[in-house]
Amino acid sequence: MRQHSAFKVVGLHLAVIVAFFLAQFVLPDYHHLAVTRVMILAIFALGYNLLFGYTGLLSLGHALFFAAGLYGAGLTAFHLGWSVPAAFAAGVGAGFFASLVIGVVALRTSGVAFMIVTMMFSQVAYLASLYFTTYTRGEEGLVMPEAARHFDLFGVTFSLTDPSLRYNIALLLLAVTLIVVLIVVRGPMGRVLIAIRENEPRTLMLGYNTFLIKLKAFVISGTISSIAGAAYALLFAYVGSSFASIQYSIEALLFTLLGGAGTVLGPVLGTFAMFYLIDIVSGFTAAYLLVTGIALIALVLFFPKGILGTIRERWMTWLP
Amino acid sequence: MLATLEGLLQAAVLTLIALGLSLVFGVMRIVNVAHGEFYMLGAVIAWFVASLLSLHPAIGFFLALVISPLLVGLVAYASERLILKRLKYDPEATIVATIGMLYVIQQVVLIGFGPDARPVEAPFYYRIRLPWFGYSAYNLFVMAAAVVLLIGCWYILTRTRLGLIMRATQFDSETAQAFGIPVDKVYGYVFAAGAMLAAVAAVLIVPIRQAHYLMGLDPLLLSFIVVIIGGLGSLRGTVVAALIIGLSDGIISVFFSPTLAKMLSTLLVALVLVFKPEGLFGAKAR
Amino acid sequence: MAAVTLLHTKGLSRRFGGLKAVQNVDFDLKQGEIRALIGPNGAGKTTFVSLLSGRIVPTEGHVFFEGEEVTGDPAWRRVRKGIAYTFQITSVYAKLTAYENVALAAQSALSRSGAVRKKDLDRAIAEAIEKVGLSDRARMKAGELSYGHQRLLEVAMGLALRPKLLMLDEPTQGLSDAEIDNFCALVRDIARNATILLIEHNMPVVMQLADSITVLNAGEILANGTPAEIRANPAVQAAYLGS
Repeated sequence: MRQHSAFKVVGLHLAVIVAFFLAQFVLPDYHHLAVTRVMILAIFALGYNLLFGYTGLLSLGHALFFAAGLYGAGLTAFHLGWSVPAAFAAGVGAGFFASLVIGVVALRTSGVAFMIVTMMFSQVAYLASLYFTTYTRGEEGLVMPEAARHFDLFGVTFSLTDPSLRYNIALLLLAVTLIVVLIVVRGPMGRVLIAIRENEPRTLMLGYNTFLIKLKAFVISGTISSIAGAAYALLFAYVGSSFASIQYSIEALLFTLLGGAGTVLGPVLGTFAMFYLIDIVSGFTAAYLLVTGIALIALVLFFPKGILGTIRERWMTWLP
Repeated sequence: MLATLEGLLQAAVLTLIALGLSLVFGVMRIVNVAHGEFYMLGAVIAWFVASLLSLHPAIGFFLALVISPLLVGLVAYASERLILKRLKYDPEATIVATIGMLYVIQQVVLIGFGPDARPVEAPFYYRIRLPWFGYSAYNLFVMAAAVVLLIGCWYILTRTRLGLIMRATQFDSETAQAFGIPVDKVYGYVFAAGAMLAAVAAVLIVPIRQAHYLMGLDPLLLSFIVVIIGGLGSLRGTVVAALIIGLSDGIISVFFSPTLAKMLSTLLVALVLVFKPEGLFGAKAR
Repeated sequence: MAAVTLLHTKGLSRRFGGLKAVQNVDFDLKQGEIRALIGPNGAGKTTFVSLLSGRIVPTEGHVFFEGEEVTGDPAWRRVRKGIAYTFQITSVYAKLTAYENVALAAQSALSRSGAVRKKDLDRAIAEAIEKVGLSDRARMKAGELSYGHQRLLEVAMGLALRPKLLMLDEPTQGLSDAEIDNFCALVRDIARNATILLIEHNMPVVMQLADSITVLNAGEILANGTPAEIRANPAVQAAYLGS
C-alpha cells in the first residue's frame, strides 16, 4: 500500500521543487530575492519540524543552531579568510557539534522543562554573540568581505552577487533537505520517532533506546538548521546577533505550526505564507510582531494541525 | 553600601514579580511566558493614569497603584478565560499561547505608547541623609511596600479561607473539585492575582526606572531564575531566591558587564533545571 | 529432556516507602513452560512482573535471564534480550493503525540482527497479525478497535517482538467468553515457541492453561506447584478467602 503512495509522494515533492525552479523566471526582482530568503528559512523550519512535528519535542531554542551555522560560516570567512565552501563546512560542523552537546544535556529533560532549557541555552548563545562584540559586532553585525562573495568550482568562478546563482543554490539546498527529511520520515527511524511522540514509555517497552534515538533526531534537526544558517551568511553576506535571538526560535515554531507540524511540506508552506504575511504587515506598521503573536494564539487554539496537517487528516491521508 | 541598597531594591521588586509567576505555576501548573508583559503593562498604565490626570504626583501615583493592577488583572482574567481555559491548560500549548500573548501585549503597547521610555513622577522626593551619602526615601518606601505586600500575601495564603482554597487546588485539584471548590473559577482568579502582583511591582518601580515597552523581558528572565531555583509555589523559597538573585544581580552588574552576568546566570539556571529539577519541574505532583 | 532455567530471581525485593510490595522473592522459570502467577489483590503481582521487565528498579536482589544478570539493564535492553511484557491497561498507539503498531514491534525485533529489510518486516507483521486473527482489521486505527481486539493487538505486538519470555498481565480481563476461549488457544500456540508467564485472576483460564502455578501473597511466594497441588493447598485457599 505504501508502494502506490510512494509515487504520489515523490511526484508531489518533485512538483514543488520544479515549481520553485520555474518561478525564478517569472518573479520580479524583489520577489526573486524574497523567495531565495524563504527557501533558506524553509530549510531551517524543516530541520525544526523533524524534532517538533515528528518526535514531539518542542524546542524553543533552535535559533542557536541556525546561529551556529551562521556564525560558523561568517566568522571563518570574515576573520580567517576561509573560502566559501570551507566556511560553509565550518558552519555546518559548528551546528553539528552544538546540537550534539546541547542534545546530550537537554534531552535529560522533557515537556515543559525541555522547552525552558532549550530556550535558555539559546539565550546564552545570543548573549554570547553580544558579549564577544569584538568578533561579532553584536547587533550591528558583519558584512562578508569581497573574497567571500565568490567561489571556484571545477575551474569556474561563481559570483554570489548574482541573484540567479543564489536562488538556485538555495533551491538545491532545499531540494537536498527535502530528500533527506523524506528518507528519514518514511523510513524505519521515522516510524520510531512518531512512536516516541505518541507514547514514549510504550516505545521503551518495545525495546527501543529512546534517548539515543531522540539524540539522533536532535542532531539531524540541529544540523539541518545550521545548514540554513551557514547558507544564509554566505548567500546574503551578513551575520548579526538578531538571528540568534529568541524571536528566531519562535519563528521556526510559527512557520511549522502554520504549515502543518508533522508533515514534510508543512514547514515550506508555513515559511512562505508567514514570510509574506509579515512582509505585507511591515508595510503598515513597525509592530508586525503583533501578527506573530495573534497567529500563535489562533493556531494553538483553533488550528493546531496547521494547513497541511488539516488537509492530510481530511483528504490526503497519504501525505507524509 | 549603595550597591547593597540597590540590590535590596531589586530583590524587593523581583520578589513580588516572581511570586506572581510562582503562584500561577504552583496552582495551575502552567508557565506564563507573558508574565513580564503584565509587569510592563502595569508600568505603562501607571504612566497613563499619572499623566492623563495631571494632578499632584502623589495622588496620581496612588490612583495608579489602585487602577493599574485592577486593569492588568482584568486583562489577565480575560486571557485566561478566553485562551488558557480553552487549551485545557495543556502545558506545551499554554506556553506557546502565552508566547503569543507576550507579542500581542508588547506590540499593542508599542502601537499605543510608542517606542520611547517615559518617566513617571514619584509621589514624593525626600533624601535621607546617611553618613556616607544621601539616599532616596522613595526607594526605601518601595522596599517597605514590598515587604508589606509579601506579609499580606503570606497572611492570605496561610490564614484565610481564600488562601486555603488556593492551596487545596494546588495540592490536588480533583479532590478540591470533589469538595465543591470551583477549581475553574479559582484558576481565573489566581491567574489574575499573579498578574496583579507583577503590575503592583511595576507601579512601585516605575518612578525609579521608566516605562518602556520592552521592560518586561529582563524581569521575566530573572523571575524564571528565581522560581526555578527557589522551588515552585513555595513562598519562602521564592523570597530567599529573590533576595539572593536580586542582590547578586545588582552587585554583579555594578562590577561586571551586565551581559556577562546574564549569560552566566542563564547558563547556571539551565544546568540546574537539567541536573536538579526538583526546584521546579521535577517535583511533579501526582 | 533437561529443563533449562530461563529466568531466575534471587532475593528480589521492592519497597515503596514503608510498604514492602515484593519481599525477598526467589523465583525460577523453566524454558518452555506456561507459568501462571496468581494471588489476591495487592499481592504484588504487577510489581513483581514490573521488576522482571525492568520498568521498576528493585531495592534489593538480582534477576538473571538465560544465565546472565540483567538486574541493571533498563527495560529496553531486556526487551532486546528477549523479555516481552504486555500491559495490564492497554497501551497501544491509538492514533496509529493496528498494522503500524505491530510494525514497530517487528522492526524492533528484526533490528536485533542487523539492518531491517522491508520484505522481512512485512512478513513478520503479517504473521503476527494473522496469528491473533486481526488481519481484516489491520488498517483500522488502534484506538477504534474494540476492547477485546485491542488486547489481541497487544498480544500481536508481544509476538512480533519474537520474545523468549512473554509476560501477559491479566490478558483476559474484560473479554467475553468466546474471546477468552480464542485467547487460550492462542496462548497454547505461542507457548510452542516461547515461555509464558501469565498473571491472571480468572481461575478457569489458569487451570486450563498453566503447566505450573506460583502463588504470591503480600509480596512473598506462598506456594509453587501444579494446578492440582495448588487447588488442594489450604494456605492458598486461606489467602484467597481471607483469615
